[in-house]
Amino acid sequence: MTQPLLAATGVVKSFGPTKALDGANMSVRAGEVVAVMGPSGSGKSTMLHCLAGIIQPDAGTVMYDGKELSAMPDQPRSTLRRTEFGFVFQFGQLVPELSCIENVALPMRLGGMKRRDAEAKARTWLDRLEVGEVAAKRPGEVSGGQGQRVAVARALVTGPRVIFADEPTGALDSLNGEHVMRLLTEAAKDTGAAVILVTHEPRVAAYSDREVIVRDGHTRQVEFA
Amino acid sequence: MSIGHTLLGLLEGGPRHGYDLKRAYDEHFGHGRPLHYGQVYATLSRLLKNGLIEESGVEQGGGPDRKRYAVTAEGVTDVDTWLGTPEKPELYMQSTLYTKVVIALMSERDAQDVLDTQRHAHLRAMRELTARKRGGDLADQLICDHALFHLEADLRWLELTAARIDELRNQVTS
Repeated sequence: MTQPLLAATGVVKSFGPTKALDGANMSVRAGEVVAVMGPSGSGKSTMLHCLAGIIQPDAGTVMYDGKELSAMPDQPRSTLRRTEFGFVFQFGQLVPELSCIENVALPMRLGGMKRRDAEAKARTWLDRLEVGEVAAKRPGEVSGGQGQRVAVARALVTGPRVIFADEPTGALDSLNGEHVMRLLTEAAKDTGAAVILVTHEPRVAAYSDREVIVRDGHTRQVEFA
Repeated sequence: MSIGHTLLGLLEGGPRHGYDLKRAYDEHFGHGRPLHYGQVYATLSRLLKNGLIEESGVEQGGGPDRKRYAVTAEGVTDVDTWLGTPEKPELYMQSTLYTKVVIALMSERDAQDVLDTQRHAHLRAMRELTARKRGGDLADQLICDHALFHLEADLRWLELTAARIDELRNQVTS
């Protein structure tokens, strides 16, 4: 069994008087898709934010590739998020003023890549996510399913080692949702990226390799042969 | 649904005679379909023969004497195994799941464990169907989708029950 690429141990996180996570544990290995499930308000998104280094836990550790993410200062943590992690959310992640291809090229442009090179690479990913035809359109001119596949292309274009997807199909109908999940998980498997998938939809979770349940800030994993 | 396991679970609350067991069963799980006395006594006889219950005295009253039964240690283990083993994910299994949850609550076991174990079994079945869809033609995909939607309905019931478990505990243990 390979070592986890990313692991949270005994993570505690409170927001004011509310304890969102209370000793939560979970890990993901390279190439693995793990679904994080649980009722609304159970701490699923807080778990994702702690694992991604977006917020720091009050106690416990988050280890990424041998480094303690939870003890890292803001600047290197931010760089790590930009270079090693990819993010897909439910809504509002594309810049409305940019075309779809410019949106996908954006992370590479921010990393200093030339426009022509960045857009060539973006084009490859748009084609792979079966949305090459919307490259020149703005996000407001494409359907929800197309927009979400553009967002997946943008999350994958930098070659992240971990993809964080928070209800990535929450705004889509069944058919479009499944299309996005199939392309996201296939692309992640091909590149060897790990995926942390927060969802409350069982049919979306069925694209994962295993599930972690979050309830009242605690995690639970069931194993049987 | 396993009447034997349900009666064993009810006996964990203390020794009872057959009539008492039938009444408790009908109250919690009958849903308009009460147990026949014949079913109760045939089941008790089988449980007795298998060492899962034992006679625990005779209640004497105005009518005929009534034997009381108590669950044995083997019987408790049998209930543990039943609750810890997920049902094969298939259509219309809610009544068995509901019974397991109620028995777990009545016997002060962790009912969330029962729900989590079942969720895991359901998701595993859904993963297999999802994998079949990836490689299948449209007919395969539609057949798998039908099964997936039914399993999803069960899972939604599991989630709802998990969310209302404290309320259900108060109701069945009051």
